[in-house]
This record gives sequence, structure tokens and C-alpha cells, in this order.
Amino acid sequence: MTESVITCRNVSKIFGPNPAQHLVQLKADPGLSQAGYVHAVRDVNLDVRRGEMLVVMGLSGSGKSTLVRCLSRLIEITGGSVTVEGRDIATLSESELIDLRRSKMGMVFQSFGLLPHRSVLENVAFPLEMRGQDRSTRYARAREMLELVGLKGREDYFPRELSGGQQQRVGIARSLAVEPDIWFLDEPFSALDPLIRREMQDEFLRLKGMMNKTIIFITHDFDEALRLADRIAIMKDGRVEQCDTPDQIVLHPATEYVAKFTSEIDRARVVHIGSLVAPLTAPATGEPVAAYRTIRDLARQLISDPRVEIPVINDKGAVIGSVLRQTALDVLLGDAH
Amino acid sequence: MGRSERYAGTAKLLLALAVGLMLFKTVLPQGMIRPPEWLVLPFADWINAVFAFLQNDLGLMAVTRAFSDVVEWLLNVTANLLYGKSRWPNLGPIPWSVIAVTAFMAGYALKGWRLGLISGGTFVWIALMGQWKWAMETLSVIVVAAPFSVTLGLVLGVLAWRSPRFERVLNPILSIAQSLPHFAYMIPVVVFIGVGPKAGAIVTIIFSVPPMIRMTLLGLKKVPEEVIEAGKMSGATRWQLLTRARIPTARSEILIGVNQVIMQCLAMVVLASFIGMPGLGQKLLQLLQSLKIGLSVEIGVTIVLLAVTLDRLTKAWALRLPVHEAASPSWLIRNRLLVIWLALCALGFGLAHFFPYFLEVERKQALSVAGPIDALMDQVIRLITPVTLWLRWFLITWVLIPMRDAYLWLPFTAVLLLLAAVGWAIGGLRSALICVAYFGLIAASGWWDRAMITVYMVCISVVIAAILGIPLAIWGARTPIRAGRILLVCDTAQTFPSFIYLIPVIMLFGVNDVAVVAAVVVFAAVPMVRYTIEGLRNVPPEMIEAADMSGATRAQVLWHVRLPMALPTMLVGANQSVMFSLFMVIIAAFIGTQDLGQEMQRALSSTDVGKGLVLGFAVAFMGLMTDHLITRWSETRKRALGI
Repeated sequence: MTESVITCRNVSKIFGPNPAQHLVQLKADPGLSQAGYVHAVRDVNLDVRRGEMLVVMGLSGSGKSTLVRCLSRLIEITGGSVTVEGRDIATLSESELIDLRRSKMGMVFQSFGLLPHRSVLENVAFPLEMRGQDRSTRYARAREMLELVGLKGREDYFPRELSGGQQQRVGIARSLAVEPDIWFLDEPFSALDPLIRREMQDEFLRLKGMMNKTIIFITHDFDEALRLADRIAIMKDGRVEQCDTPDQIVLHPATEYVAKFTSEIDRARVVHIGSLVAPLTAPATGEPVAAYRTIRDLARQLISDPRVEIPVINDKGAVIGSVLRQTALDVLLGDAH
Repeated sequence: MGRSERYAGTAKLLLALAVGLMLFKTVLPQGMIRPPEWLVLPFADWINAVFAFLQNDLGLMAVTRAFSDVVEWLLNVTANLLYGKSRWPNLGPIPWSVIAVTAFMAGYALKGWRLGLISGGTFVWIALMGQWKWAMETLSVIVVAAPFSVTLGLVLGVLAWRSPRFERVLNPILSIAQSLPHFAYMIPVVVFIGVGPKAGAIVTIIFSVPPMIRMTLLGLKKVPEEVIEAGKMSGATRWQLLTRARIPTARSEILIGVNQVIMQCLAMVVLASFIGMPGLGQKLLQLLQSLKIGLSVEIGVTIVLLAVTLDRLTKAWALRLPVHEAASPSWLIRNRLLVIWLALCALGFGLAHFFPYFLEVERKQALSVAGPIDALMDQVIRLITPVTLWLRWFLITWVLIPMRDAYLWLPFTAVLLLLAAVGWAIGGLRSALICVAYFGLIAASGWWDRAMITVYMVCISVVIAAILGIPLAIWGARTPIRAGRILLVCDTAQTFPSFIYLIPVIMLFGVNDVAVVAAVVVFAAVPMVRYTIEGLRNVPPEMIEAADMSGATRAQVLWHVRLPMALPTMLVGANQSVMFSLFMVIIAAFIGTQDLGQEMQRALSSTDVGKGLVLGFAVAFMGLMTDHLITRWSETRKRALGI
């Protein structure tokens, strides 16, 4: 597809008194486990492509938050390399790193990370202030961002005067103020209650649609991952178990662990017609269906349609192949595999 | 469990040995009853040699003199502004009415009407009672000393936060510094600076730095990790991160540090009257020494009011949460408090210009309540004299003297073994060694008898404070309203400089050991009551409900649930109680005791640094040993309870 913006090669992160030495010992004896050392990220290989949204999913303690902090070098990695836009970030000097963060990166945090003594406006303007922009420009930009996230009129409030959802909107506005190319979101909605979480996900999808950014999104909520992701990387014990599109993860889980996650999921809501497409065996007949629709969307039609094969078109209207009705019904009724 | 049982076994053995030594005291060699000659080391001479070296050979004298000149210059500026001492800039004095309205507005802006009235009222009281000059002498030292302490504490706190190695070096120094009695600070300062206001200011600066360092460190460590990460991801440099994210986020802790600095300054500046610091403290000292009760009560009230005002104002500042202002286009409305303040100041200046009464209340115009207080006190004392006399007689003949004799009778080896036993019971070998080391050093200092008198006074006072305080706290913790009221009283009482507690006890008991013990008891009971209430109130309600549902009576709930759960918190109170008692016993020395404090006063008047510091360290070691034991015990209890 397109070039990769962030590339991880054999990234490892070990916490402990002498991590580098421990890593060497681990290479010799992979089963080694020593008191005082935590192997938070193990040999992760990952490519994040330009413009895609990669969701890193894992339960607490799986190393997902550590991994994302390795990508932005909030944490120094123990082994391997992380390349951002072609530059190995481990080699950057402190000022180059600061420059990279000021111009290319934005991050949203689980518990918001807002500065309590600054008003909403000053919080959003904070990254611009760090860049040394003058007051009126940065406030104008901050106002713009606050309007975008629907907090117009709350500029002079302080974080503690806002609800959790509103605080996270401030966090989002702040992370977007510098127009970053790469957007990290570390469990941004986990601290919110379910109704607000849903609302914020919609809001997030709206914002995502408005801009073309590379997004790395962390979550422990599999439904959230399925709902938002272009691709999902599932982590367990510091390893990436599988990294693929939601359809593929649901249809072809790579490991036991991933399968356990997907077993409770209503696949019909996740799987798109497009991912079941097979090449045409015969000329298409009848009304085609669009590739982007889920099996669930088409449930009624699939049940009542008399055809064996249904042609599929892409978003430009061209026929890309067909779907066997039986295959689609298997997914719908949960009989796949 | 196994470990603590083993501890208990060894502890019992040590205890038996100690008892054995006591029983066979008559046959013990003299060297086991009192520290023998060869054990007593000339610490004082060593310290004096070091100081002589610092002073003469290293030329530290020049540095300290230069610094003290700066402080003196600043003191003169504030003295001119506050009470019109004729020095540069020759603008003062600022009329008392202006200072009073400024205090009022500060209180109003920070908290509301009530605080405004307390702080404004304090200054009105001071002016009307004709104590303006003394109070301003005291205040001018705080105005100069507090900013120095705050800056110094902030810088050292940041350094300690940056470098864990520095923190490791700094921590024990701070612990010792915070358990050294006030007088121990004064003696070196007198050597380097001499006596008078600037010595008072400098000793105040040194004395009040430690809490600022501690609070800065605590605040910086408590900043949430995500706030820092957000700052880093915003591209903040280290300096930007420190000044714009870390320090502002640690604002509350840092301002609590400022509050503690100011309260420590007030406590010290009052005591600095012993080294010739003019002001309220000196006045109070003179009046107490000549037993002018009514007038000293007036000064006492002023000090208390100042303490309450300074404490409430800075605490309100520290705990103030940011609130957004409704957007208003008008400058006048947005800055209404500033405008009102300016208007009131202008009014004050105007009034002072036309009516000198508002500039300065002269001695002959001043009000006084000393007459009525004296008359009232005469009545009260006449009424209760039989009681106090009997109490005095009872305490002295049946409690104090027997206790003192008992403590002095103990062979010093038995005391060391006893402490080792306690240490071992609480924390094993390490604690036992720590206890023996601290008291061994005291034995080696050559002040064993004096130290035992201090120990006996502290012990008896803390025990009496516990006997009176804990039941009061248990009663107080019954209902939230009662608890709130008692806590308010305790909090307020804790802000008073220790000196104040001497006024009522001298009034009631005169000048003797009973008065000292009474003052220490009151001073020590305050933290005891406070922490007991907090401990009892913070027992999780589910536990009490579970006990109630198991059919426990109120007494059973208290004995089996509430007190055991509250014990770790109560121990913190006991720890503070001991610390406070030590400080108070030493301060009370000028009433006339025969303990370390009296010797320290002698060292102060003969500016004997070596002796003074040795005595100071002896007191500090007692405090540190208690602190170690109680903290260990409290931690063990906490772990056992899983809190």
C-alpha cells in the first residue's frame, strides 16, 4: 500500500536495574525470568502506514501503553529500533526530539494530563506556547480548536470545572493544536462512562474524517477497536499476537488468544462484504451490493435473495467480484469455521 | 509472625538483663551506673575547634557578615515602611489603617468575609492596643526572612528532586535539623552574626527552610506522570517543563510549604527575643519575667491573632482552586477587588493625613484590657488557689520528684539495655542498634543526668497528655460536628508559637516544674487529640457496620474495631507529641528547670557553640530515636492491617 510512517523493528523494553544486560541474557536463554525485571515489550515488529488508523488492543499489563511511549520516545527502548519518517528516533538529540514532537506529534492521555492551574484556552495553547508562538496567534488557534471539539464558550474554565468528557475534549484539542501528522491516543475514552464513551467515539470518527492523519490508538476494549480501526494489533504479554484488519482478525484469528476475543463478537457486524469477495466465475447477474457494507447491513437481502452468487462493487461502482450467498449466510448465522 | 515472635524473645532477654542490672545496682561498679570518664568524649571542644577554623581560618565570617549586611539593609527598608524607622527609603510609616484594610482585602479575596474580618481585625486590635511598633518589628523580620527561606527551600527542593544522590544526603540532615531545638540554632548564629534583629532574622531563615524543602520535593514527586508526558509531547524543554508544568502543578504543596515557613518564622522570631530580637517576643519575655499577667495576656492575644491570620491567609491561598470568571467586557468589573482595595487605601492615607489617630495610635490613646484581666485573674486565682496549691503539692511530692529520682537512679547501662529491648521488640537488631547508638552518644556527651531529667519531663508530660487527650478524642470522635469543632481548635492551637503556652500556666501555677509540665502537657495533647480523632473518624464505615451487625456493643466496637484500626494514625500523633514536648521542655527552661534546656540557655548566654550544639544534638537524638521507633511500629501495624 503506502509508505510506512513509523516502523518498529524488534522493539524491546525491559524495566529493571540493568535492562541492557538482561536483554543480552534473554537472547541466550529466552525462558529466563529474573526477579526485578519486567519485560514490558518483546520483539515487536510493526509498520504504521501513512494515513491509517492502527488500534493497539490489549488487556491491562499487555504492554500497549509502553509500546506507544516507545514510539514517541517518552520511554527509551532497550533493544531494536523505532523509525519515524525515516529517522531512527533513538539517535535524535534532545533538541531534535523536542522539534519532532513540536511539529509532528500529538498525544491524548487516559486521564487527560491537563495542567490544573491553566484555563482551558491556555491548556490548548500550551504546545504552541512551547514553540514560542506569540500570544494572540496561539490563542486564536486554540479558540479554533476548541470550537472544533465543541467547547466554544468554555475557554476561561479550568479543567476541574469540566466533566470527564469535556476534559478529554480539551485534551484532544490540545493534541491537535500543532496540526500533527502523527496522532497518539492512549486509551482516551477509558476513563469515561459508557454513554459518554460512545458519544466521544462518534465525535472522534467525525474529527478523523475531517483530517488525514496517521493515528495510533490504544484501547483495552475490543468493541472500540473494531468500531474505529483500519487495522488492529492485538498484544499479549508484550508481544503482538496479530496485526490485521478487523475483518481478518474476526474471520481468521491467528492464535488461541485472539480467537478467545473474537468468539464473543457478532461477526456479521464486523465483516464487510468486501472481505468475502471471490473472483467472478460467471458474468454478474442482478443488483450488485457495495463492498463497504457489513453482512449485518445486508442480512434481510441475504436471506431472501435467490441468487447463489451476488456481485460486489467498490465505492467507484466497478464490479470487483462476487460473494457466495452461502458464505455470507455462514458468517451471519455464526457458522463460519 | 515468626519474625516478630523471634523479636519478642530477644527483647525479653534484653529486658531481663536490664532488670538484673537494676536489681544489682548496689554491687555494680561506678562505671556501669554513670558513663565513665573514658567514655565521655570532648565533642564540645571538637565542635568549637571546627567553628574556630570556619570563623578565622576559612574566613567564613566575612561571608556571613556580608550576607547579614544585606539582610540588615532589607530589615531597615521594611522597618521604615512598617513602623517608620528613619532609614532609606524614608517613606514610612504606612498608616495602620492602610495595612488593616489591605489585610482585610487579602482575606476577603482569598476566602470571603470571615477571613477578611479576622485578618483586618487583627491589625485593628494591634493598633488600638498600642502594640503597633512591637508587632511591626516582629512582622518586618517575617517579611524579610520568609522570602529568603521560600526561595532557598524551593531551589534546594528542586535540586533534591533532580538528583536522588543529593536527596539521600539531604534527608538525614533535614531530619536532624527538624529535631534540633530552637536554641541550638541561635548559638552559632550569635557567634557569626552577634545579637540583635539581623541575627534574629538569620536564625529565622535557617530555622524555617527545612519544611519548604520537604514540601517542594513532595509536590514535585506528586505531579501526575501524564501531566509530564503531556508536557513532553507538547515539545517542552526541561526548563519549560519545570517552570510551566511541574512547579505550577505542585502549587498546593509548595504553598503549604510557604505556610509552614511563615508559621516557623513566627515561632522563631518570638523566641529570638532571647538573642536580642526586639518585638512582641521580647515584650512578652520581659512581662512574663516580671509576672505582669494582664499585659502579657494582651501580647499573647496579639501573637495568637497574628498566628491565626498568617496561617489562615496562607492556607486559603494554598488551597484556593482556580475558578473561571464570567467574561466581562468592563475592566472595572474584572478588577473590582483591586479597585476597591486602592480606594480603601486612598481613604486610609487620607484619614491618616488629617487625623493622626489613623496613622499611629499613641501610647496614651491606646486601649488596654490589662487592668480588668489582672482583676479577673486575681479573683480566679483566689478561687482556685486551694486546688492549684494542692495539685502542685501532690504533683511535686508524689509524682515529679519520685519520678525524677527514679530516672536518675537508673544505671545508664540498664537504660541502654532497656532501649535495646524496646528497639528489638519493635524492629529487630537494626532498631535496637539505632536506639543504643543514639543514647550511647548522649551518654558519651557527658550530659547524662541532665538528659535523664529531660527524658523524665517528656515522658511524664506525654503520659499525662495521653491520659487526658485520648478519652477527650474518643468522646470528640463520636459525632462529625463535635469532631470538626475539636479539630478546628487543635489546628488553631497548633499554629500558636510554643511560647504562648507558658502564659496561662505561669498564671495558674507560678514559676516551677509543675508549670513546665502543665505547658508541655497542653502542647503535647494537641497532636494526640487531633490524630486520634482523625484515626477514629477514618475507620471505614463498612467495618463498623459489620461489627454492629455482629451484635457488638459500642464499647466492643471501640476496643475491637475502631481503636486497633486507628492505632497507626494515633502513633503519628504520639510521635508529634513527643517532638513537641521535647521542644517545649527546652523552651520552658527559662522558667527554671534543671535539664538540658537550662544548660542550653547558659551556653547561649556565654555563646559556647560547642556546648550548645552538643546539647542540641542530645535533644535531637532523643527525638530521632522516638521517631524511628514509632514510625517502625506504625508501619508494622499498618502492614498487619493491610492499609
